[in-house]
Amino acid sequence: MKEIFEIRIHGRGGQGAKTAAQFIVEAALSKGKHIQSFPEYGPERAGAPMKAFARISDVEIRTYAPVVNPDVVIVIDHTLLDSVDVTEGLNDDGVLLVNSPLSSEEIRKKTKFNGKCMTVDATRIAIDAVGRNLPNTPMIGALIKATNCISMDDIEESINHKFLKKIGEEKTKATINAVKKAYEEVK
Amino acid sequence: MIPVTKSKTHALTGAQAVAHAMKQINPDVVSVFPITPQTEIMMQFSQFHADGLVETEIVRVESEHSSMSCCVGASAAGARAMTATSSAGLALMWEILGVASGLRLPIVMPIVNRALSAPINIHGDHSDAMGARDQGWLQIFSENAQEAYENTLLAVRLAEHKDVLLPVMVCQDGFITSHCVQNLNLFEDNVVKKFVGDYNPKKALLNTDDPVTYGPLQLQDYYFETQKQRADAILNSKKIYLELGKELSKVTGNNYPLFEEYKLKDADAVIVVMSSTAGNTKVVVDKLRKEGKKVGLLKPRLFRPFPYAEFGKALVGKKYVAVLDRAENYGANAPLFGEVKNALFDSVVCDENKNVPKLKSYIFGLGGRNIFESEIEDLFNLLLTGKFDETKVGYIGLRGEQK
Repeated sequence: MKEIFEIRIHGRGGQGAKTAAQFIVEAALSKGKHIQSFPEYGPERAGAPMKAFARISDVEIRTYAPVVNPDVVIVIDHTLLDSVDVTEGLNDDGVLLVNSPLSSEEIRKKTKFNGKCMTVDATRIAIDAVGRNLPNTPMIGALIKATNCISMDDIEESINHKFLKKIGEEKTKATINAVKKAYEEVK
Repeated sequence: MIPVTKSKTHALTGAQAVAHAMKQINPDVVSVFPITPQTEIMMQFSQFHADGLVETEIVRVESEHSSMSCCVGASAAGARAMTATSSAGLALMWEILGVASGLRLPIVMPIVNRALSAPINIHGDHSDAMGARDQGWLQIFSENAQEAYENTLLAVRLAEHKDVLLPVMVCQDGFITSHCVQNLNLFEDNVVKKFVGDYNPKKALLNTDDPVTYGPLQLQDYYFETQKQRADAILNSKKIYLELGKELSKVTGNNYPLFEEYKLKDADAVIVVMSSTAGNTKVVVDKLRKEGKKVGLLKPRLFRPFPYAEFGKALVGKKYVAVLDRAENYGANAPLFGEVKNALFDSVVCDENKNVPKLKSYIFGLGGRNIFESEIEDLFNLLLTGKFDETKVGYIGLRGEQK
């Protein structure tokens, strides 16, 4: 077991990979963990492939290097599977989570990944719940189901903390419901 | 280390950490040039201002040159003045940086270290601060958000100390720490405010009972003597930095040495590197120590004034030392390497019995290029063999280069 649990999120600029990473570590912080999250600092163009990283640990995190050997890879946009090697550095004991209407078998075939692979149609869940294509937060629900690295209560709290004032109670609740729905549906 | 006073842990970026320090400092005047290369420090501080959490007068100016000029005016008037900048912004301030230190104004300026153009790049490296290192400012470098937060608090007392009266830059790595969400222990407002204290300038322009002049003409008659006073003051500040650091330790439980020695005492191979990369290096040191390899790290914190004697003492007698600079110094030794080399020369002259380490300069990470733990590990392993050409500058992570 590695001392530091590492997550790499693949998305496109504007899809909220950075925000998802931040939610994850904020939820871990409320359990007293050491945390770190940051995006890959590219040119920050909307729509361009980008990565965000999250680290959770019982010991102090001192490195500032990008995550090279992730325990979990989350793919927010499945079109990236054609252009980005999302499983790079991911060992077979790791987890691959993909936002896709396809089954995990199909994704496994496509990526040639032999470890634990799960998919959920987070885009549909997000559109149903909040009326917009914001699959980043539902993917956190999938992460909780797959790894239990954070708790649903804590993620609820960090989403409330971030969104309640900004988008109101109704939309915040819908966002949280989308996370829970993805938790139920991911397989 | 356990903090002496109560603190609460937050998930904040390095830039937000410094903004929180500024909120607790509650400066009288903060000037800001509100577009790129400005950072989240000012965004967050402006939010505190809008929320009524600080009493600061924020002055929005039309350039970074004006921003520093505004701080100079405010500080001379008797205000506690701050601003923050980065990259090209710091470069544009250059002329006024010397005015601030020459007039002995205790301005504190957090810097998010980023590259300078051309080619256009605003990612993390030390080119900006190194370009400004000889302008009479104190420079403190921070490894992480926690250090940047605490160094900012220390900087205010240091700048305003009667035996210093010089401006201070508090540096952190652009993006790498400034945009990275990490654990941050914020100390309680009242404890921080008690440490920072009120600013009571001895000579303020607005004190009409004791009229003074700031910035007079000094030609061949007095200019030279005034420069000597500034040079003495910055040398003297090293002692004050350590004294105030001890005082801040009582609040935070952390230490504020001139540089950090990490598993250095019995090390054969040593890497000297500042800021966030020191964190990456510590991870590698721990890994290699478990394999029984005698490796260690020296992390500079106070870069100006540079503590030559202390550096020499810490490094002389070591076998192999690599100094890693995140800035070029075109046509000369890299900035940190040059200082370390000077320090070692002094030490050897003082003690002929000591051995000089085999010393090599490396450049890395320009324009925000990542440095990976595997690269640092390779370097340590190379150093331990002793088989490297110290007469040439090495490059880490550069295409087509041999280490």
